[in-house]
Amino acid sequence: MSHKKDQALIFELSKPGRVGYSLSALDVPETPIEELIDSEYIRDEEPELPEVSELQIMRHYTALSKRNHGVDSGFYPLGSCTMKYNPKINEDVARIPGFAHTHPYQDENTVQGAMEMLYDLQTSLEEITGMDEVTLQPAAGAHGEWTGLMMIRAYHEKNGDQHRTKVIVPDSAHGTNPASATVAGFDSVTVKSDENGLVDLEDLKRVVGDDTAALMLTNPNTLGLFEEHILDMARIIHEAGGKLYYDGANMNAIMGRTRPGDMGFDVVHLNLHKTFTGPHGGGGPGSGPVGVKKDLIPFLPKPILAKTEDGYVFDYDRPDSIGRVKPFYGNFGINVRAYTYIQTMGREGLKKVSDYAVLNANYMMRKLAPHFVLPYEQHCKHEFVISGKRQKKLGVRTLDMAKRLLDFGYHPPTIYFPLNVEECMMIEPTETESKETLDEFIDAMIQIAKEAEESPEVVQQAPHNTVIKRMDETTAARKPILRYEKQ
Amino acid sequence: MKFRYLPMTEQDEKEMLAEIGIDSIDELFGDIPENVRFKGDLNITEAIPENDLFKKMSQLAAKNVNTKDYTSFLGAGVYDHYIPSIVNHVISRSEFYTAYTPYQPEISQGELQAIFEFQTMICELTGMEVANSSMYDGQTALAEAAFLSAAHTRKKKVVVSKSVHPEALSVLHTYAKGPNLEVVEVEAANGTTDLEALKAAVDSDTACVIVQYPNFFGQIEPLKDIEEIVHQEKAMFVVSSNPLSLGALKPPGKFGADIVIGDAQPFGIPAAFGGPHCGYFATTKKLMRKVPGRLIGQTTDEEGQRGFVLTLQAREQHIRRDKATSNICSNQALNALAASVAMTALGKKGIKEIAVQNLQKAHYAKKKLEENGVEIHFNGAFFNELVIKVSKPVREVNKALLEKGFVGGYDLRQYYPDLDQHMLIAITEQRTKEEIDTFVKELGGVQ
Repeated sequence: MSHKKDQALIFELSKPGRVGYSLSALDVPETPIEELIDSEYIRDEEPELPEVSELQIMRHYTALSKRNHGVDSGFYPLGSCTMKYNPKINEDVARIPGFAHTHPYQDENTVQGAMEMLYDLQTSLEEITGMDEVTLQPAAGAHGEWTGLMMIRAYHEKNGDQHRTKVIVPDSAHGTNPASATVAGFDSVTVKSDENGLVDLEDLKRVVGDDTAALMLTNPNTLGLFEEHILDMARIIHEAGGKLYYDGANMNAIMGRTRPGDMGFDVVHLNLHKTFTGPHGGGGPGSGPVGVKKDLIPFLPKPILAKTEDGYVFDYDRPDSIGRVKPFYGNFGINVRAYTYIQTMGREGLKKVSDYAVLNANYMMRKLAPHFVLPYEQHCKHEFVISGKRQKKLGVRTLDMAKRLLDFGYHPPTIYFPLNVEECMMIEPTETESKETLDEFIDAMIQIAKEAEESPEVVQQAPHNTVIKRMDETTAARKPILRYEKQ
Repeated sequence: MKFRYLPMTEQDEKEMLAEIGIDSIDELFGDIPENVRFKGDLNITEAIPENDLFKKMSQLAAKNVNTKDYTSFLGAGVYDHYIPSIVNHVISRSEFYTAYTPYQPEISQGELQAIFEFQTMICELTGMEVANSSMYDGQTALAEAAFLSAAHTRKKKVVVSKSVHPEALSVLHTYAKGPNLEVVEVEAANGTTDLEALKAAVDSDTACVIVQYPNFFGQIEPLKDIEEIVHQEKAMFVVSSNPLSLGALKPPGKFGADIVIGDAQPFGIPAAFGGPHCGYFATTKKLMRKVPGRLIGQTTDEEGQRGFVLTLQAREQHIRRDKATSNICSNQALNALAASVAMTALGKKGIKEIAVQNLQKAHYAKKKLEENGVEIHFNGAFFNELVIKVSKPVREVNKALLEKGFVGGYDLRQYYPDLDQHMLIAITEQRTKEEIDTFVKELGGVQ
C-alpha cells in the first residue's frame, strides 16, 4: 500500500480547459437548442464535473486502487462473505461482445446464445441445490430473500392463509433476514440458539404456529455449524403449514455433500458473487438466484425462461407470478461469470471446493483454539467463530485485534457478528488459500494474542502501518459530509 | 484431477487432518444426517480446461447478435453510448473488483473515496443535495423511492405516470405488495403525463408522484407543472431520470424534486443483456437519514487526516434488522466506479457535448424520417428517443432491418396495446449521419 497520506479528490485536480474524452464532431446539421426545447427545460448551470486529462484520471484511480485491499492483494477471511479467488477467465468471458454488447430487447432469435447460457446455468443450480426450478432474476442475496419471501406470501394467500404473517428467524441470523421479512410485509419472530450454537428445537416449537409463514435458515449457520436437527426443524415447520427458506450465503460449505432441497427446504437463494466467484466488486454487483420446489413454481417472478422446440423463449403468461422483481433478466454479466466458474470446476471440482473450504476452516480453528475462547467445540463447516473474551479482560477488544491484523496486511474477519457470541470474530478462509497463507495468518493471530498480554497498547493503538488511522465515525454520522463542495 | 484454483496438496491435507485429529475429510461432514447426505455425483458438467472453455463460451456468445457488429437504434432504457477505454482499465484493477463492501476504512480508502466522488457527481447532475452509493438498477430504485416516500409521509398511495418505463411500473407493482401500497397509474396524453388526470389522482392521501424525465417515449415531461400539482397536496415529487440527458436538460432538482432516481448505465456500462447496470438514488438533506443503501461520508482519522467511511449505518438492515425500511446490502459498487470514471472522463464539457449530440442527432433523424413519410407519433419536445409508426408488425420490420445490419427499435405493443405497429427508436451520439440516413432509407424499404 501507498504511504502517501492524502489522495486529492478528482475535483481538486480539475483545471478549466482540460479534457479526458474525445467525441467525433457533430456530423448532422445543428439546430439551435432553443428551437428544440423550451428554454425553461434547458440546463443553464454546468454541472461541476472534473476537468482532467486521461493520464490524470488513470493516475488518480491507480492511486486509489493502491489504497484498497482486495482478494488479489492478500488474505481476506471475512466470515460469511466467501472471499475466494476471482478467476480471470470469468472476466474475459463476460467481456466477449456477444455477451457484453447484447441488448435485452433484441428479438429472442438474436440472443439464443445468451438464453442458452442462462438456461444451462439454471439447470446446474437446480442440481446443485436440489430444487425444482430456479430464477436468475434477483440482483443480490437480499433481493433473492425478498423474492423468495414474496413467493411464500403469494403461496399462502393463494391457499387462503392470509393469517400467516410471521417469519421465524434465528438469533444468529444476519440482519438482512428480518429486514427482508419486513419489506415483504411480514413480522419477524426470533428463535433462540441452544448451548451448542444450533436452533433450540424447544424454542422453535414454542414460536411456531398457525400464523407461521416461514422459517429462514442458513445451514451451516452463521456460526459455521451444521444444523444437524434440520429434518426435525423441517417437520415442525411443515406440520405447522409453514415453508422453509434457505439462505444460501453459506453454500460454499456443502456442495456435493448435501443439498437444501433434500434437507426439506422449499425456497433457496444463492449468492453467485460468493460461492460461484462473481467478484464482490467492492460491494456489488452480485446475483441472487432463487430456487423453489414444485408447489411454488407458479409464483416465480416473470418472465420464466423456457426451452421449446423452436428454441429458448421468455414466458410472461404466468397468472400466479409475484410479478417482475427486476428489469430485464437479472444481472446477466455476473451469471456469465458463475456459469464459467461452474464449468471450470465441474462436478468433481465443486465438491472439492466445499471439502477444502471446510478442511481449511477446521484446521485454523484447531490451531487458534488454545489462544482464544472457542465457544463451540464441534467441527465447523467452512467458517468458525472465536471469541475475544479472554483478551477483553486484558483491555484489548476484538475491534483492536481486527485493526492490528491490518498491520500484517490482512483483511480482518467479520467482527461482532453473529450477535449471540461476545467479542465475536467470524473467520472464513475459503478453499483457494494455501496452507502457507493459513499458517502465516495463524502466526499473526497468535502474536496478537501474545501482544494483548504483554504489550496491549500495541494492539489498542493499531493500525500502525495503514495510510490512515482509525476514523472518527461519530462525527461522520453527526455532521455528515456526503459530497464534495467547491470551496 | 488437479484444479488451478485449489492449492491443497496431498501432503497439506495429511498434515491438516492430523492437526485436527481425524483421518478423513468425510468426518468433518459427519454431522449431516445420513439420509440427507448427497451420494454419487452431481449431474453437472465435467470440468472443462481453460482453452476449451474460452472457445466454448466464445461460440455461445457468437450465437448472439451484438451491437458492435450491428448498428443499433434500440434504447428503451438501455443505451449504446461512448465508453472511454479508460473505464475498463480502471475497473479491471483487481484491488477494486476483488474487494467487498468497505467495512474496514483503513484499507478501503480507494473504494470509499471513489464512491464519495460518484455521490458528488450524481448530485451535480441531478441537482440534488445527497446521493447514495448506488442501487441495483433504475427500476428497483424507483420502487425504493416509493417506499421512502410512503415511510416519510406515512401515506399509502403512490401515483405513477404510465409514461415511466413499463418494467419500472411492473417492478413497482411487485414491491408495493410488501407494505400494501396502493399504486395508481395516470395515463399519458400525447406522450406525456396527462396533467388533468394527474390532478384528479393526487389527493391528501398521496405519498408521492413518480414521473420519468425524459420519459419512456423520449418526451420531456413538464416537470414545472407537475411539481405544482404534487406539492399542493404535500406529496413527494419523485423523478426518474437518464443522467446523461441532464448534460443538456435542466436537472429535476431545479424543479423541486424530492427524490431523483435512475440508472447510470449510459455512463461507461455496457448493455450486457440487461445487467448489471447501476441504479442511483438522490434526494434532499432533509431525507438523508432515510435513504436506502450505503452512504459514504468524509471524516478525519485520529491524526486529523481526511478520509472516508461508510456512514449513517443506523439506517441499514444489518443494524435495524426488522425495523429497516429497505433490505438492500450489496449494490452495484463496481458499476458505480465505471460510471464515475466515465463521468470523470467526459467532465464538465463532455457531459454537455455528448448530451447535445444526442439531442441534435435524434432531431436530425426525426427530420429525415418525416421527409421520408414516416409518421412520428408524438409531437412534443424530446431528447434522444422517438416513437414511429410502421406499416407492419415491428417484429417483421426488425427482422428485415437485421438483414441490413441494423438492430431496430423497441416493439411498444407488449406494454401498450394501442401502440401496435409502433416502435421506439433511440439515436445516440454513436450513430453517424450516414448510419441514420441508411437506417431511414432501409426502414422505407421494408414498409
